[in-house]
Amino acid sequence: MATSPYDVAVVGAGPAGLAAAAAALAGGARVALIDAGRQPGGQYWRHRPGDLGAVADLHHDLGAFRALVAGVAGAVRYFGQHVWNVSGSAADGFAVLTAETEVAARSLVLAPGAYDRQVPFRSWDLPGVYTAGGAQALLKGNEVLVGRRVVVGGTGPFLLPVAAGLAARGAHVAGVYEANAPAGWARHTAAVLPVAAKLTEGAGYAAALARHRVPFHSRRAVVAAHGEQAVEAVTVAKLDREWRIVPGSERIVECDAVAVGWGFTPQLELPLALGVATRVDADGSLVVEVDERQRTSVPGVYVAGEACGVGGAPLAVAEGEIAGTAAVAAPVPARLRRRRRALRRFAAAMHAVHPVRDGWQSWLGDDTLVCRCEEVTAGEVRAAVDDLGATDARTAKLLSRAGMGWCQGRVCGYATACLTASASGSATVSALDLQGVSERPIAVPISLGRLAGDAGHTGQQ
Amino acid sequence: MPADTADVVVVGAGVVGAATAWYAARSGRSVTVVDRGSVAGGTTGAGEGNILVSDKPPGAELDLARLSSALWRDLAVEVGGFEYDTKGGLVVASTPAGFDALVALAARQHAAGVETVVVPAGELAEHEPHLTPSLAGGVLYPGDAQVQPMLAAARLLRAARTKGARVRTGVEVTGFLRSGDRVTGVRTTAGDLPAGAVVNAAGTWGGEIASLAGVDVPVLPRRGFILVTEPLPRLVRHKVYAAEYVADVASDDADLQTSPVVEGTEAGPILIGASRERVGYDRTLSVRVLRALAAQAVALFPVLAGVQVIRAYRGFRPYCPDHLPVIGADPRAPGLFHACGHEGAGIGLAAATGRLIAQLVDGDRPELDVTPFRPERFA
Repeated sequence: MATSPYDVAVVGAGPAGLAAAAAALAGGARVALIDAGRQPGGQYWRHRPGDLGAVADLHHDLGAFRALVAGVAGAVRYFGQHVWNVSGSAADGFAVLTAETEVAARSLVLAPGAYDRQVPFRSWDLPGVYTAGGAQALLKGNEVLVGRRVVVGGTGPFLLPVAAGLAARGAHVAGVYEANAPAGWARHTAAVLPVAAKLTEGAGYAAALARHRVPFHSRRAVVAAHGEQAVEAVTVAKLDREWRIVPGSERIVECDAVAVGWGFTPQLELPLALGVATRVDADGSLVVEVDERQRTSVPGVYVAGEACGVGGAPLAVAEGEIAGTAAVAAPVPARLRRRRRALRRFAAAMHAVHPVRDGWQSWLGDDTLVCRCEEVTAGEVRAAVDDLGATDARTAKLLSRAGMGWCQGRVCGYATACLTASASGSATVSALDLQGVSERPIAVPISLGRLAGDAGHTGQQ
Repeated sequence: MPADTADVVVVGAGVVGAATAWYAARSGRSVTVVDRGSVAGGTTGAGEGNILVSDKPPGAELDLARLSSALWRDLAVEVGGFEYDTKGGLVVASTPAGFDALVALAARQHAAGVETVVVPAGELAEHEPHLTPSLAGGVLYPGDAQVQPMLAAARLLRAARTKGARVRTGVEVTGFLRSGDRVTGVRTTAGDLPAGAVVNAAGTWGGEIASLAGVDVPVLPRRGFILVTEPLPRLVRHKVYAAEYVADVASDDADLQTSPVVEGTEAGPILIGASRERVGYDRTLSVRVLRALAAQAVALFPVLAGVQVIRAYRGFRPYCPDHLPVIGADPRAPGLFHACGHEGAGIGLAAATGRLIAQLVDGDRPELDVTPFRPERFA
């Protein structure tokens, strides 16, 4: 524990973190690489425990992954460790705290990634309702199918690999319901052509879906789940431009599982704990403000990957490499800067084609659960505004208990912020609203015994 | 007077402002509440919601606390909806000498009208089965209670609104309207608000509001952290705290003091405090403080070692040099009333403070002597 400080501590061993650690090592730095997982890869390159060679057919860019893993061979690994807090400054040094240890470093690269953004719908608390990312993780990490007959819904290009992966492993995918119209991509050829690999990737998934005879429906969404003990069917409906249900368009689709995703929410607990400046990105997510060297507003703190704006693994790798290079004060090659710019343009196009429109709020009844941990309904969130005078998401949360349970608002924070903004008459969700549901000074649960620092209190699972 | 003059403008939509608005509106006054932030966005939203008689020695503050406890009991019926829980407090001592001192304090509190039950070491487990067996004894205070403080403020404001009060959040007071010496309203970012009386219920920021009126009310922030555990079945039945807590509350030291305060809540999580430091408005999470709070809580309740902390928050208690709140009319600025500086007891003392201020604004004789809390006492 009492080691001299590392030059760079990298938190997160997904695409961005691996690239950052590799670049910092290449620059001659002493690097600590910290991740909650027991092996590198993050969500994107998730593998069965102990077997990085498995499920190769479900992965993309494995060559890049293997090169990055080789590149971080010189890092001191703190794997299987959840970071509950980061603190410090460039002047005094930084401390990365896990339940087991404390890692001291002169500079920090935070690459915390993102998780599925969720919007609530009727009966989404039924067993059998999964996030798209959750379904994908079970497949890649455990080779487990979430169901035999699966509906995939939401918005964004991520739905395609999820559906293709499920179909490849033998699930009957009853349909992919994309709430936007992918034809919108036609307006963004300038953003897509410079990163042609993205086109090939998308075409590959489309071909796989066609091969498995998976029907793809645009401008349609899963708006309700049905079932007694578990999901037995969902209602899908056609949406108008504002995402209100087109009357009479509802159809029942039988299934035993549904996987939904509405883009991604960056994990900002650690950057926010350090007080970095943030902004609202084109997709409506709160993200960290960084400069062309991935520097945040806090000296010595770099952020890379989805936390600076959701954009996918290749962008995360580019940003990670820039951050790791900048953290050791080496010059950032022009090719990297160009690549990041092109991939950012692609990400902006993606957000323009796959927005989440406010109309989802009209699918909810007053009794639809928003916060599943604390069982808070949409009606109760609205009452916190209409009745109790909340004017911002944090106040609505504290008055309704939405987001106060186990997941601390990771699942319902976005929805709570949107519902609060609508109920209080704001046209958009503000950075302040999002910050109010994104700050978690204790980033992951830690037992009191561990927090007390007593090695005798190992904590129970 | 202009037609849109309110009888009372209350500055601050925390629990003290909310209680003041409720009692003033209930006695027929037209009331406007202004706050630069949101409902209960300051210290009200950063505490446990204690309504305590146990932590105060006999004197003016205990008298205020006893009146307030009785009023909260009424408010739970009259307004309600804020998780009023008469769970009682259990103060424990770890040494025989500490237990003797605690029992002596309890005897004096009992003589002042507080219900107390001395609990010998061997009987502690009957009240709190998971307490460490190494304690010397304790005193049970059945009169201690708790509310969910943000809901309490929000419900009181809602009730005041049904009696005609107006609540304007996101509106900052920038100055005072004067007629000679007299305060005749406030200037705000949303225009002037003329009023018959202005109540400074700005909590930790009460000193800043007072200075806008040209008077000195020395309120300073005293930072505290709270740990929140995962939701649990009722493992801890009372508010349980160590006897040293009373001494920490009364301390004038600017350095960190921590003493264990552990309590279960109706919603399930256990809340763990308490720390006190005077570090200005520094919001940085202090790992050192969190570790100390965890260690003390585990020492008191060993069963908590394996319980997960899911959240931590911090707040700034409005602290006055003599640890008493500021309640009453300010003779230096006629028309201005203060209701701030309650340190860590603001939720508990809010009901009585609101009631007394409403009586003073009405020109009635307050049901408790407010002389010990007079605003000009610091000069």
